[in-house]
Amino acid sequence: MTGVELVDVGVSYGERRVLHGISARVGAGEWLAVLGPNGSGKTTALRAVCGLVDFDGDVIVGTTSIRTMHKRVLARSVALLPQHPTAPVGMRVSTYVLLGRTPHLSYFAQETDKDRAVAERVLDRLGIGALAERDVSSLSGGERQLTMLARALAQEPSILILDEPTSALDIGHQQDVMEVIDDLRRNDGIAVISAMHDLTAASQFAANIVMLSRGHVVASGHVGSVLTEERIKEHFGASVRIVQDGAGVVVIPVRTNGNGSTGAAR
Amino acid sequence: MTDEAAARVASHRLRARWLVVALAMLALAMAAGMLFGAKSLPPSDVLRSLVGSSSHGKQPLDAVIVRSIRLPRVLLAGLVGGVLALAGAAYQGVFANPLADPYLLGAASGAEVGATIAIAYAPAAWSVNSVPVAAFLGSIAAVAAAVVLGRSVRAGRSTTVLILAGVAIAAFLTAVETYVQQQHQAAIRLIYSFILGRLGTAGWSGLKLVLPYALVAAIVILLHRRHLDVLSLGDDEAASLGIRVARVRLILVAAATLATAAAVAIAGTIAFVGIIVPHTIRLITGGSYRTILPLSIIVGAAFLILADLVARTAVAPAELPIGVITALIGAPFFVVLLRRSRVVAQ
Repeated sequence: MTGVELVDVGVSYGERRVLHGISARVGAGEWLAVLGPNGSGKTTALRAVCGLVDFDGDVIVGTTSIRTMHKRVLARSVALLPQHPTAPVGMRVSTYVLLGRTPHLSYFAQETDKDRAVAERVLDRLGIGALAERDVSSLSGGERQLTMLARALAQEPSILILDEPTSALDIGHQQDVMEVIDDLRRNDGIAVISAMHDLTAASQFAANIVMLSRGHVVASGHVGSVLTEERIKEHFGASVRIVQDGAGVVVIPVRTNGNGSTGAAR
Repeated sequence: MTDEAAARVASHRLRARWLVVALAMLALAMAAGMLFGAKSLPPSDVLRSLVGSSSHGKQPLDAVIVRSIRLPRVLLAGLVGGVLALAGAAYQGVFANPLADPYLLGAASGAEVGATIAIAYAPAAWSVNSVPVAAFLGSIAAVAAAVVLGRSVRAGRSTTVLILAGVAIAAFLTAVETYVQQQHQAAIRLIYSFILGRLGTAGWSGLKLVLPYALVAAIVILLHRRHLDVLSLGDDEAASLGIRVARVRLILVAAATLATAAAVAIAGTIAFVGIIVPHTIRLITGGSYRTILPLSIIVGAAFLILADLVARTAVAPAELPIGVITALIGAPFFVVLLRRSRVVAQ
């Protein structure tokens, strides 16, 4: 298992520079959360790690720059779970998960028994073997997210890139999915980079945080040192109270205007 | 790993049951296409003409009808139907768009402009028929222009830009076509008959012209059946799985366009086959191109053979344009299928 390092990574979309010299690293078995307000460049940073956008600077996977890697070789190390994955109508879960084997297959090849064995193992690992025959577009939110994760794991990656992995889920399924990912990190040594909006969850699961604002890194390091009330006020424009809680912190939104009226009947 | 688990994850393969049903449909359609026609012939005569033992005193005219008119016409209808359905399925996969059909990037309007110009301006003294050649070249040129135009734009999602480029090219070419038609009123009837499609005049030579392109396209597209499944995940995910999305898209568009252009050059711009056949198969068998592509060829062939049979027998001895039939039968059937189906295309 290997880690990944971003060295002064910058990205421009045409004339517009959306990422300015981001540096970060995450080792095998570590979890890095990328936080920041909407439009701060989180998704772009993740796309750069997967080689999906042109960038300057460098991204090092293990000891190799991804610039020198064939796309298919890169896809054997780095798997992406995008924010809004497509669930093709009518495609079965097993077919969908098997598509994760693509980087291990030569151009015109079809899946072999070995690939099916990997897909089965991944489905069992995530506890969704019973969904194998279902239509991916008919799944509930939680089932769907686990299926998408299974497709990424079928790549047998050492680095898992997650863009808002739980934003479409209720709180129970959020916790389930986060625990599954944490289990993969701890037991399989997978390096995890996730863009997240839920600051509390980020602090509970990630050891390190990179905070972005307008394409710049404004803070990075351990959870406790990065997540401060002042910083969240400055970059998110949010009033919060931060409470220490075990491994992480709890970020509580606080109303600033209004006089405490909640609209509830009294 | 339990046996149950092993049974769960099977590669999406073409199930024998569906293949048998599709082939049976094709066989029935071909038999019907051979047995019925403007001149009624007893089945025994048709069979005898086909196997070639028509030498003892039988009217040679029947053998001519069967061998030189009906047989090439049935085979051409099958070939064109198979090509259009396959190209339509490939386009839908390449553009992740259920509304895509083989004419999306201007293949039809390019062919129509080519045919229109040839009909209006080519000297009657030319020994070769210039219409199919011009239609073929026009079709290829229109799609090539859309692809070049689409790739020159840097903003936006590449498929959306490509589709919009195709729309612009088609609009421009339609204007050219209309202008030429207005200048050559006498040619309008010929041009119109090209647009509505016809299978009756091409014969064996038409079949020979389309076949090589159809074979190449079918091989290339079928070899990419797994890629089309990967493309249906979206561009980012396909790329993150190591697929070179733009290149695969270009290969598939080129293959589908080559076959479509050949089919259109010979048979005219027959509408609706390329959209309704793949969708019908998708609604019945599910969303993998590994099933959709081969079945589209077979069912597309059967569908157009039957449509052509209706076109040439409904008002015999006159003929209806085949494009009218494909839409007239196809549209209501498709609506019924959509209404009965639980899965709705997104």
